[in-house]
Amino acid sequence: MSPEAWQAIALTLRLAAATTVALLLIGTPLAWWLATTRSRWRAAVSAAVALPLVLPPTVLGFYLLVAMGPDGWVGRVTQALGLGTLPFTFIGLLIGSIVFSLPFAVQPVQHAFEAVGRRPMEVAATLRAGPLDAFFSVALPLAWPGLLTAAILCFAHTVGEFGVVLMLGGNIPGVTRVVSTQIYGHVEAMEYAQAHALSALMVGFSFVVLLALALMRRRGSRVMP
Amino acid sequence: MTGEHEPMPQGGADDLGRVAADARTTCAQAGAAALDPPPIEVRLRLARGVFTLDVDLRLPGRGVTVLFGASGSGKTTVLRCVAGLERAPTARIVVGQEVWQDEGRSPAGGCFVPTWRRAVGVVFQEASLFEHLDVRGNLFYGLRRSADALGSQATGWRRWMAARGSADDGARRVLDEAVDLLGIGHLLGRRVQGLSGGERQRVAIARALASRPRLLLLDEPLAALDDARKREILPWLARLRAQAGLPMLYVTHSVDELARLADHVVLLSDGQVQAQGGVGEMSSALSGPLADGDEAGAVIVGRVGARDAHWHLCRIDLDGGHLWLRDVGRALGEAVRLRLPARDLSLTLHEPTHTSIQNHLRGMVRAVAADTHPAQVKVQVAIGADTVLARITRKACAGLALGPGQPVWVQVKSAALVD
Repeated sequence: MSPEAWQAIALTLRLAAATTVALLLIGTPLAWWLATTRSRWRAAVSAAVALPLVLPPTVLGFYLLVAMGPDGWVGRVTQALGLGTLPFTFIGLLIGSIVFSLPFAVQPVQHAFEAVGRRPMEVAATLRAGPLDAFFSVALPLAWPGLLTAAILCFAHTVGEFGVVLMLGGNIPGVTRVVSTQIYGHVEAMEYAQAHALSALMVGFSFVVLLALALMRRRGSRVMP
Repeated sequence: MTGEHEPMPQGGADDLGRVAADARTTCAQAGAAALDPPPIEVRLRLARGVFTLDVDLRLPGRGVTVLFGASGSGKTTVLRCVAGLERAPTARIVVGQEVWQDEGRSPAGGCFVPTWRRAVGVVFQEASLFEHLDVRGNLFYGLRRSADALGSQATGWRRWMAARGSADDGARRVLDEAVDLLGIGHLLGRRVQGLSGGERQRVAIARALASRPRLLLLDEPLAALDDARKREILPWLARLRAQAGLPMLYVTHSVDELARLADHVVLLSDGQVQAQGGVGEMSSALSGPLADGDEAGAVIVGRVGARDAHWHLCRIDLDGGHLWLRDVGRALGEAVRLRLPARDLSLTLHEPTHTSIQNHLRGMVRAVAADTHPAQVKVQVAIGADTVLARITRKACAGLALGPGQPVWVQVKSAALVD
């Protein structure tokens, strides 16, 4: 494979890893809130989190581009802070990826928290664990299959994203050119051999990820009653 | 099954209680607790749809108080409010010297202590063990976080770190006591998924004890178990009652569990307290849910007075007589609980002779009341300081002309030791 291809692969992995870490940090508290709240905003927030599942990535990318652009509200803030504008940078791409994969981080963790239920947290409270203590010592360990699923899905989903990247990052080698846009580039340039190599890699990667998830679920169901 | 019943504690506190008291309280508080534990105050008012709970209870600060009632009577809600898992808008809950909740009676702000700051142990209907920890991990969970292990001043980060450290010697002693009391030493290294229902519940009880509570709450702890598992775990509960020296609130709708464990009984119905009193008084009452069922029967306390090796019998001395029962290996002088089923007692005016029923007691009719079926009546008979309940036919009652003040002989066809 060409050096450009390797560069795209490295960038893709870096983006996916950063997105996964960020989403676990953002998504877990959000999932906990959705799983436990009785607020009347729950349904609205739940729907908003799920939006990226149904919106075309181009719509998402378009709004993010406008918001982060020189005249957008995010863009004004970043410019005022002396950071310039975010589109066509790695950070801009990262933000886009986070929004794009948010439902994949929130939903599995939320379902895992809901499956754990309130009882273990009540038991923890009767054993003198404060709310934060109980969250880390009971809720998180019991919900870990959900967290693992979320991490794998976020990583894989970020690796596979295309529309948001194209809208937001363009196709700058080494900065925003990930595997999916690299393949697009190869096809545009009629370089089918290179496109084949990268595409096959993506198919293999995606299959392994889904296989791992399926195996994990089977083992999980054997352990859990 | 346990084989080794110890005499009931005279002074209230046994080793487990003492360790906890020494480590936890000041001398003044511990001393006061040993003499006469202050009553537990539970005053609650809450409305939920058509259901209204309104109770005002002062419960004994020692022994087992059974909250008895049909499902939907509000007994579990009372327990959850005492634990702080639910918050009644109007409530006053005082345990020992600590006010756990006092709200809603004046417009000024009240106080509500969250569950995790209450020295309360709770055993739920399903054992609710933490599936991600083994048996030892479950036991250590509360032990490490109990106020004594951390020092009452520990807060925030120090508390957090201490909860992850190892337990000190005092805490280990409490754990060992709890493990011995429930007989789960051989299970410590096991994963909780591999335990039977009875074992899980014993671990859950030990886990609650290891957190050194001042009050133990048990919410139908046997209801989810089959009869064999119930029989397996009941002796451990009786042992806990005799040895832990810890006040307990026990929610159940089982007459059998009530007869075995209760010192004090509160009858709940539709969110109201119907009646309450000592187990002897409540189990021999002429009306109410305990008197109406087929399982009606008085619970009285006696003492093993003699053992007859030849006939395999033991003599249980009561205030107003004695009974010979099957010898099940109880020690001489030991206090035992007896249950005399109302349907197994018959009455005669003269001392019975030439009958296969060996046991008869001299008593005096206190009162007669109608039973659920018009053919039957319930007769309350005083035997010394105890009271028993006999269920006989209305025809027999008329034939013997039974009425209050009438001396009678009570024939006891069966009586069971229930602890």
